[in-house]
Amino acid sequence: MSKVFIAFQTNEDTRPIIEAILADNPHAVLDEQPAMVKIDAEGELVIKRESIEELIGRDFDLQELQVNLITISGHLDEDDDQFKLSWLN
Amino acid sequence: MDMHVKKLGLKEKYAHMTRGLGWDTTYQPMEKVFPQATFEGIKIHDWEKWEDPFRLTMDAYWKYQAEKERKLYAVLDAFAQNNGHLGITDARYLSAIKLFLTGISPLEYVAHRGFAAAGRNFPGVGPRVACLMQSIDEVRHAQTQIHAISNYNKHYDGFHDFKHMLERVWYLSVPKSFFDDAFSAGPFEWMIAIGFSFEYVLTNLLFVPFMSGAAYNGDMATVTFGFSAQSDEARHMTLGLECIKFMLEQDPDNLPIVQKWIDKWAWRGIRVLSLVGMMMDYMLPKRVMSWKEAWEIYFEQNGGALFNDLARYGIKVPECLTQCSVDKEHISHQAWATFYQYGGAAAFHTWMPNDEEMDWLSAKYPNTFDKYYRPRFTYWREQAEQGNRFYSNTLPMLCQVCQIPMLFTEPDDPTQICYRESEYKGEKYHTCSDGCKHIFDDEPEKYIQAWLPVHQIYQGNCFNEGVDPTAEGFDPLAEVLKWYHLEHGKDNLDYEGSRDQQNFQAWRGMATQNT
Amino acid sequence: MQIDLRTVSIKPLRNTFDHIARRFGDKPASRYQEGTYDIQQTDIFHYRPLWEPEKILFDKSRTKIEMKDWYALKDPRQFYYGAYTIARARQQEAAESNFEMIEERGLAALVPEALRDIALDVLIPLRHVEWGGNMGNSYIAAYGYGTAITQPCLYHAMDHLAVAQYLTRIALTLDTPVALDTAKDAWMNGALWQPMRQHVENLLVLQDWFEIFVAQNLVLEGLTYPLFFDHLDSKFAAGGGTAISMMTRFMGEWSAETAKWVDAQIKVAAAESAENKQAIADWVVEYRGRTLEALAPLAGRAFGAEADAVLGEVLAAFNARCAKLGLSV
Repeated sequence: MSKVFIAFQTNEDTRPIIEAILADNPHAVLDEQPAMVKIDAEGELVIKRESIEELIGRDFDLQELQVNLITISGHLDEDDDQFKLSWLN
Repeated sequence: MDMHVKKLGLKEKYAHMTRGLGWDTTYQPMEKVFPQATFEGIKIHDWEKWEDPFRLTMDAYWKYQAEKERKLYAVLDAFAQNNGHLGITDARYLSAIKLFLTGISPLEYVAHRGFAAAGRNFPGVGPRVACLMQSIDEVRHAQTQIHAISNYNKHYDGFHDFKHMLERVWYLSVPKSFFDDAFSAGPFEWMIAIGFSFEYVLTNLLFVPFMSGAAYNGDMATVTFGFSAQSDEARHMTLGLECIKFMLEQDPDNLPIVQKWIDKWAWRGIRVLSLVGMMMDYMLPKRVMSWKEAWEIYFEQNGGALFNDLARYGIKVPECLTQCSVDKEHISHQAWATFYQYGGAAAFHTWMPNDEEMDWLSAKYPNTFDKYYRPRFTYWREQAEQGNRFYSNTLPMLCQVCQIPMLFTEPDDPTQICYRESEYKGEKYHTCSDGCKHIFDDEPEKYIQAWLPVHQIYQGNCFNEGVDPTAEGFDPLAEVLKWYHLEHGKDNLDYEGSRDQQNFQAWRGMATQNT
Repeated sequence: MQIDLRTVSIKPLRNTFDHIARRFGDKPASRYQEGTYDIQQTDIFHYRPLWEPEKILFDKSRTKIEMKDWYALKDPRQFYYGAYTIARARQQEAAESNFEMIEERGLAALVPEALRDIALDVLIPLRHVEWGGNMGNSYIAAYGYGTAITQPCLYHAMDHLAVAQYLTRIALTLDTPVALDTAKDAWMNGALWQPMRQHVENLLVLQDWFEIFVAQNLVLEGLTYPLFFDHLDSKFAAGGGTAISMMTRFMGEWSAETAKWVDAQIKVAAAESAENKQAIADWVVEYRGRTLEALAPLAGRAFGAEADAVLGEVLAAFNARCAKLGLSV
C-alpha cells in the first residue's frame, strides 16, 4: 500500500480541519513543519464536511479547503460531503 | 406551481456548468476548430470520459482566490512597511531568492501562456476549463512572486533586470529552454511535460523545501507567496494526473508515446532541479533538510507511489531514474562547486561553506561529502582566505539538451566528468548524460536549434552593439556581463565583501540598536 | 535590547526593476506595472514550435496589426490578477445574494410565462455563444503579443465562462436541467439559432488574433450585450420579470466595464497608423453585418414587432461608439 498525504498552512483556519482529519482517520500521521502541517496516511485519507462543521459550529463548504491547502498526493475524489485521497493499488 | 428545484450535487451541477457548454461544430470542421488535436499521434475517442479533478465554477473560483489574494497582499504590505527584509537570517539567503526570481518566476509566466494554449486546443470541454484555470493561476504566480520580491529588489542587488537576464544569462537558459521546449511541443506533450512531470512529480521538490527554507530563514514574503501559490498547485497536480490517466485509458496506442514523454520530461525536470538541490544544501543559512532527504521523501516515496499506481496502465518507471539514486549524493555539491568557480558570471553571490556547514553536509552525505567534496572546498576556502580567490573567466561547455555545464560525473565514477556524443547530419553534439543523449537522439531536429549561451558568446553574439572584439585590451567576459546587464562587483562575486552584505549589516544595526 | 523598527529609515538602492524604470523612470511602480510590462519574453527562443514552425513562440506576425510598442495597449482598469479577482469576487457576492433571494423566496415563479419563455429561448442558448467568446479570448491569451493585452484577454475569457455559468444557473432557476438540453437542441438545430451558430463557428477558425479581438470583443459583444442585457432587460423589468433582471445584473455591469477596456485597445491600435485604422474598420464593417444577420431572428423572438426598431437603436449606439474610437464605419 502506498502513502497519500495532504498539507496545509498552519493557521487558525486549519486547526479544526486538521483535528477533524485526525479524528476521522485514525491511521493518519501528523508531521509538523515550519509554517506547514502535513498529514500522511497509508492507502487513503478522507476529509468529512460534517466533522469539520461540528468543530467550527457553522456550515463549511469543502472547497474552502483550497484557501489553505499546500499540497496533496493521491487521486482526488471530491463531492459535497467528502474530499477523499487514495491510491488505487 | 412548485418551482422548487431539487438541489443539484456538486458533480452534477459542475457538469452542467462546463461540459454542457461545448458542442461539435458543423459549419466549420472540428479539425479546423481544433487544429492541434491530432498531430502528436495521441488518440482520443471520447472526451466525455474525462473526469474533472476539481469542480470549481467561476463564482467559487473568484471567491476563494480573492480571499487568498487579500491575505497575501496584506502580508506583503506589512512586510514592506516594517522593513521585513531585515528579519531574514542573513543576506546570503537572498542568493536563493535571486535564483528564484530570475529562473522560476518568468517561467510561471510561460506556463500561463502555455496553459492558455492548451485551454484553447483540446476538443474536450472538461480539460479546457481546467487548463484555463491553471493558466490564470500561473499568471497569478508570476505576479505574486514579482510583487513579493519587488521589495527585495529595492534594497539588494541581482534582482533588478530579471526578464532581460532570463533570456541571456548562461545558467538561466537551463530553466528557460525547459519551458520553451514544452511550449513548442503540442498540447498533449505540454500536459505531460508541465501538467504531469513538472507539477505532479517535481513541484513538491521545488516549492515545499523552498518555502520551508524561507520560513526557516525569516523570509515571510516568500513563505506567503509560496504557500499561497501551492494552494493552487494542488489543483494543478490533480489535473496532470487526470490527464495522463485519461490519455492511457483512451487508447492502448497512446502508451508508448506517453511513456516516451514521461521518460523525457522526468529527466529534463530532474536536471533543472539540480539548481534547487544546490540552493537547499548551500544557499540557505538555516537548512531545512538536505536535497537528498527531500529527494527521498518527495520523489522516491511519493513518486514511487505514483508509478506503482500507473503500473496498471503499463507505465514503467523511467529508466534514467535509476541513475538518480546515485546522483542524489552528488549533484548539489557539483553544481555549487561550478557556480563558485564561475561566480564572476552569476547574478548572485557565492561562498564556500564554513566548518559548521561542512559538518552538516558530512552528516547528511556520509557516503560522498568528506570523500569527494570537503577536501576541494576546504582548499578553495583557504585559497580565498589567503587572497587567492580564483574566478574562472572562461565559460564551460554546455549540454545540448539540458544546457547545464558539463559538470556531472559518470554514474559509476564520481571523479570522471560524464560526456556523451551524438552525430547528426555530420555535426557532433555533446550531452551530459545518457538521459539527455537519449532525448537528443529522439528529436535531433529540435535540439540542434538550442541557443546555447556559451556557444553564442564564442560566436560573438553576446556583446552590446558597437563593441569591437578585435580592439586592443578587449575583455570578453566584461563585455558579456554588460550585455547581460549584470553589474560587475555588485550582482556577482563573493558574498563576503559584497554591497548586500555591507548594507544588510548596516541596516540591521540601525534596526536593532538605538545609536 | 530594544528592537524598534519604526525608527529605521532606509533609503532604497532603486525603486523598481530596470525594465520598468526604462519605461517610467526609477520611481515607485504600481503592482499593475510590475506585474505586466515586459514580462513576456521577446528576444531569444530555443526551438521553433512544432505546431507552427515558420514562427517563433511569441511572434508579432500573428496579426496584421502592427504596433511600435505593444505595451501601449494598456488596461484602463489596471487589472493584475489580484485586482481582477478581488473586483470579480465583489460582483460575484452581489450576484450570489440575488440568486439566493430568488431561490429562497421562489421569485422565479412570479415571472409571467411569456417572459419566462423568452428568457429560456433567448438567454439560455446564449451560453454557447459565451463559450465561443471564451475560446476566442483564450486564443488571444495564448497567441497574442505583449502581456498588456494578453493578460486581460485571459480574464475576459474567464469572464465569458462565468457568464455562461450564470446563464446556466438562470436555466436551473427558471426550470429544470431539461431546459439546458432544450436550449442545446435549439442551438444545434433550431432555425432561430443557426445563423448565430454559424457566425460563432466562423470566428473559431480565425487565425489573426486582433481580428478575433475586433470581431468578438468589439462587434459581437458590442451588439449582443446591449440588445439582451439592456433592452431586453428593460422589457423584463417592465413586464414583471424583475427576477430575471436580478439574475443578469452581473452581465449588464460587466459589459459596461469591459467595453471601456475594449474601446481603449481599439482607440490606441487605430491611432497608431492609417493601416491599422483601415484594417480595424474593415473588420468592423464585415463582422457588424454578419452579427446583425445572426441577431435578427433572435431579436424577433425577443421583441416581436419592435425588433427592427430595437436593433436599429442598438446599431446606432454601436456606430456612435465606433465613431468615437476614430473609426469610419
